[in-house]
Amino acid sequence: MAEWIEPLIKIALVVGASQAAVAYLVLVERKAAAYLQDRFGPNRVGPWGLLQPLADGLKFILKEEIIPDGADRILFLVAPLSILASATFVFATIPFGYVVPWPGSEPIALTIAPNIDIGVLFVFAVGSLGVYGVILGGWASNNKYSLLGGLRSSAQLVSYEIPLGLSVIGVLLFSGSLKMETIMTAQAASGWWWVAIQPLGFVVFMVSGCAEAARLPFDLPECEQELVGGYHTEYTGMKFGMFAFAEYLHMITVAFLAVILFFGGWHFWGLAPYTEANEVGFIGAVVRVVVLNVKVLLMIFFFMWIRWSWPRFRYDQLMDLAWKTMIPLGLVNLVICAFCQEFLAQDDYVTRAVLGWLAVAGCFAWAAASVSSKPVRTVAVRPS
Amino acid sequence: MQPDDKSIKWVREPQLGIAGRMYLTPLFDGLATTAKHFFSTVKGDGFTRQFPEERPEFGNPLIYRGVHRLNKDDEGRVKCVACFLCATACPAHCIDIVGTEAPWKDREKYPQSFVIDELRCIFCGMCEEACPVDAIELTSLFDLTGASREEMIFDKEKLLSVYDMTVEAEPMKSKSMAEAAGQPAGKGH
Repeated sequence: MAEWIEPLIKIALVVGASQAAVAYLVLVERKAAAYLQDRFGPNRVGPWGLLQPLADGLKFILKEEIIPDGADRILFLVAPLSILASATFVFATIPFGYVVPWPGSEPIALTIAPNIDIGVLFVFAVGSLGVYGVILGGWASNNKYSLLGGLRSSAQLVSYEIPLGLSVIGVLLFSGSLKMETIMTAQAASGWWWVAIQPLGFVVFMVSGCAEAARLPFDLPECEQELVGGYHTEYTGMKFGMFAFAEYLHMITVAFLAVILFFGGWHFWGLAPYTEANEVGFIGAVVRVVVLNVKVLLMIFFFMWIRWSWPRFRYDQLMDLAWKTMIPLGLVNLVICAFCQEFLAQDDYVTRAVLGWLAVAGCFAWAAASVSSKPVRTVAVRPS
Repeated sequence: MQPDDKSIKWVREPQLGIAGRMYLTPLFDGLATTAKHFFSTVKGDGFTRQFPEERPEFGNPLIYRGVHRLNKDDEGRVKCVACFLCATACPAHCIDIVGTEAPWKDREKYPQSFVIDELRCIFCGMCEEACPVDAIELTSLFDLTGASREEMIFDKEKLLSVYDMTVEAEPMKSKSMAEAAGQPAGKGH
């Protein structure tokens, strides 16, 4: 097999799968949202609404494309492209399985670019390019509200990059690599998922990940119940669809990262135990792909679930949370992980877990002591 | 009402515990609430009904005030005697009757044309109350739709066809209600 065929096949697979996944995840989200609110969701287009994504896509494509007067035409067109490109580009280093055995050659790693040693760094670097799409979209629209929306969004995204980065450093310390395959293998080899050892890091990661993907309770860029729209107010048709698409890809990326960094990736006790890459059989390879993707789907469902369970933050609360809470928590996690790595035996995971959970308890106690108790309000009740 | 009114009851807001102030219990409460609703909907206990497929149930269709019908007698003739009591009682002036001499021996007049503008009707049921021969009745059909205003003006044939359509499910109201009340039919309301 020629060297360039293998990555091409994987690119086709990943891009095709991620597009279809986004289309159908929108349906899943609408269904889940409906069920969480005692409704049924889309069920008129095809059985169980299964053709709804096609109808939605068709709607986006057939809608009139409006470019507002005075808009910067080039930037206006570049913005959705750049945000979508950066969201898709991230998938180059994200593994969607372990390896597939191939007769007569090395086992094929299920990543588009398997030997990039800076995997996580690459994801963050490319993923944060999406901010350009946000700010360009807001700026090019020639609409002051779009610009304000773009500023809000980019401030949020930039702020949460910091705790997001801090939260994964602990994982990188424990795994000894930035490569996602190595991170998963390290968890599989130890039999411990990092979420059990670094609960603090996981909380910080999830909160910042939600904020980065602009999911509720941090969807300030969009917050459809309160704003007309954020930076993409002036966008119509497929260009708007591309923004929505990129947002969904961000959520999938965060779900993949959460599973890979904290939930052991393809590892599951008994079902998919630790194996050397060249010892994985074909069935084992399939099982690992399924395990990883089921975990990712569960994580995505969790995102959808919290979307309808928790109220949205106010903008100043959002910033407070990033700078005053999440960054200190991430630093605490980092210090503990560094301490463990320096002074504990390499395989002493019990002590690490104990320290990790003690840190959670400590932070909780410190916060409980410092959160002032609000004065009790008295409320008038209408006489019956 | 003034804030110092004696009838206002003042209640103290419950004090949140430490976990509550840290948003811990509220977060789990939120998840639990939505999860409860999710599973009840999956089980089929949700409130939403699939309307065109699933028809709503009425407490008593006999007292529902939906689309009108003109009742027929045993020989299939229109029962109406063109007395104009319904048109007089109608507060929306939506009933338009043209009476003429009846071709039958048991009455003097019958409606040559009987038109109800369903768009003007307010479905108050006064016509039904006023009718001395139980000729006009309101059925429990409520999902009345039309593509034009003309379509919503029901003439005699249409009103008689509504009778044919609903007589199986809802036999003559006054009769049924009398039976339900344990009185012999025909003794009035």
